[in-house]
Amino acid sequence: MSETTLTVPTMAELMVQGKQPEVLFWVGSAGSYDDRAKKITKAFVKILNKVGVSFAVLGTEESCTGDAAKRAGNEFLFQMQAVTNIEILNAYEIKKIVTACPHSFNTLKNEYPSLGGVYEVYHHTEFLHQLIKDGRLKIASNTYKGKRITFHDPCYLGRANEVYEAPRHLLKELNVELVEMKRNKRSALCCGAGGAQMFKEPEKGDMDVNVLRTEDALKTKANIIATGCPYCNTMMTDGVKFKEKEDEVAVMDVAELIANTQEL
Amino acid sequence: MEYLPNIGFVIILILGIGYFAKNVKKLIRNIKLGQDVDVSDNKSQRWKNMVMVALGQSKMVRRPIAGILHIVVYIGFIIINIEVLEIIIDGIFGTHRIGLSVLPTSVYGFLIGAFEILAVLVFVSVTLFWIRRNIIRLQRFWKSEMTSWPKNDGNNILYFEMVLMTLFLVMNATDIHFQSINSGNLISQFISPWFGDSESLLHSIERGAWWLHIIGILIFLNYLYFSKHLHILLAFPNTYYASVKPKGTLNNLEAVTKEVMLMMDPNADPFAAPAEGETEEEPAKFGASDVHDLNRVQLLNAYTCTECGRCTSACPANLTGKKLSPRKIMMDTRDRLEEVGKNIDANNGEFKDDGKQLLNDYITPEEIWACTTCNACVEECPVSINPLSIIVEMRRYLVMEQSAAPTELNNMMTNIENNGAPWPYSQMDRLNWKNE
Ligand code: SF4
Ligand code: SF4
Repeated sequence: MSETTLTVPTMAELMVQGKQPEVLFWVGSAGSYDDRAKKITKAFVKILNKVGVSFAVLGTEESCTGDAAKRAGNEFLFQMQAVTNIEILNAYEIKKIVTACPHSFNTLKNEYPSLGGVYEVYHHTEFLHQLIKDGRLKIASNTYKGKRITFHDPCYLGRANEVYEAPRHLLKELNVELVEMKRNKRSALCCGAGGAQMFKEPEKGDMDVNVLRTEDALKTKANIIATGCPYCNTMMTDGVKFKEKEDEVAVMDVAELIANTQEL
Repeated sequence: MEYLPNIGFVIILILGIGYFAKNVKKLIRNIKLGQDVDVSDNKSQRWKNMVMVALGQSKMVRRPIAGILHIVVYIGFIIINIEVLEIIIDGIFGTHRIGLSVLPTSVYGFLIGAFEILAVLVFVSVTLFWIRRNIIRLQRFWKSEMTSWPKNDGNNILYFEMVLMTLFLVMNATDIHFQSINSGNLISQFISPWFGDSESLLHSIERGAWWLHIIGILIFLNYLYFSKHLHILLAFPNTYYASVKPKGTLNNLEAVTKEVMLMMDPNADPFAAPAEGETEEEPAKFGASDVHDLNRVQLLNAYTCTECGRCTSACPANLTGKKLSPRKIMMDTRDRLEEVGKNIDANNGEFKDDGKQLLNDYITPEEIWACTTCNACVEECPVSINPLSIIVEMRRYLVMEQSAAPTELNNMMTNIENNGAPWPYSQMDRLNWKNE
């Protein structure tokens, strides 16, 4: 899809040039390997490139944060991952991190500090909102004008860290009609992926969590379900397919929506 | 002979309070069976949480109907209990309405008048609660864990309150002296005529209501230990000790950190003898399979649970028909802790292995693995209980002590171990997206 080439420096490359970026972009495992999530990664990078934010990624030096392992109960594996990552982050003297994955965001922000990794960590919606507030990013486009959009709060962004407004501020910038689901913000229903559920079959029950959450979203009659997490994105996309609504309703990351208005 | 009622009263009072004190001691001992946990940080934030959440009921009113009714009952109950002070003094010294002799009549009248109005409000609210539970049958009160004792317990308390409030009003209505002052009998003046005007009969009813009222209160006090109603006391320490970190934070196990640091340190000699002065510690058990392995805040949580089911009614697993119910996690923990406590009582203060555990005998792995760690239960709980933390401790036990994770999760973890991602992709391909 990319006609425009992306500029994605790695920390190793910058180090050779003796440069330190403004912020490290933590891509995360989903953002690196999952086909759907990679599009979100690229959309975010396009915005960073357009605004001219000096950033870098760890590239092949990045490794899973260990969130899923920790929540599956494997504290050993989590701490091994954490200590390895912290060693690299500290070696590069990283101060500020931005990530498009709420799970990485939560783990880096809340669980790395007591293991020696203390950073300023931002979710990409917070970071983009800051860019707008600083006047560095301008959204003056009518790409989505008149569309109904609902926002699904990722658990690890919302309840876990109480970031509810940043993504909503961004959506309002798009000139759209923002409609809330009945369960929203702190009472939002999980998409079903957290706590390592993403990687296993659900236990026996009446239905899947993502279908129930998709029903919440469909009830708003939104054209677009926006979210801010690669796992939520997968779950909601599957839910929409299950409900055979993929022709009417799109599931998009907030960063993708913004990138699309930039005619990138 | 004329002191007989006073002596009888004092004996009843001592028995009532003594038995309660004994159970409180037991409660504290049981909670201390748990692991010590450092909660000495953020004192001012903790006090603030206690004032807001326990005293101010800030989380109750998120569901406005139940919240407002609950506040009425709560305020009414506490304030009306000021009256108990007078009852106790009267009972011990054989006085009658001591308040009237120490307070100006208008002040006394104002107080009792306020109590009477609150008594009616409490009665009405409690009746509405009963209707919600039994006629409207709100779903969260009819889940599978809410049968037998938990179900009766919920109703018992409502009946208790109805009876106590009625006794209070009857006591006032049949008190000839109090009615004759005609100050503060805002409600009871309307009930008074129902009892006729035979002085001796009125006096007997008044005495009867007075005694039943105080005995009822003592029974209520002692009922608490066996009931979800312990929350009226424990909500305070529980909201104080609740985590003050962002909800997403899971603690890092220190025992694991030590081992990981040792493994990562190329200079460490894993077979080195412990440094002088350091004694060889018993290897720590990872995670929790029984109540002893949980920490004290988690055990306090279990005793504090009001069984309201707000957690369960927000749980994505429960909403989609999975077996997991966070309320059941708390109820099971309390039941098992009580069982362990009784075992200790029966065996002269020593726990004798009974071949049971919290895990498997109470909570099944199927429940544990259904959790999405979404924190909805933690967010909902009106008294700041954290069912999720117990679930995670049990997962830790299953994975680190028993290697008993579901196969797909084992695959995911093997992938992380080998390629630093939960999927089987090479770490060297991490930046491939850039050129795709
Ligand atoms: S954290 Fe687990 S138990 Fe609590 S509401 Fe979410 S899925 Fe249910
Ligand atoms: S844990 Fe909290 S929300 Fe759940 S039943 Fe107990 S008191 Fe209610």
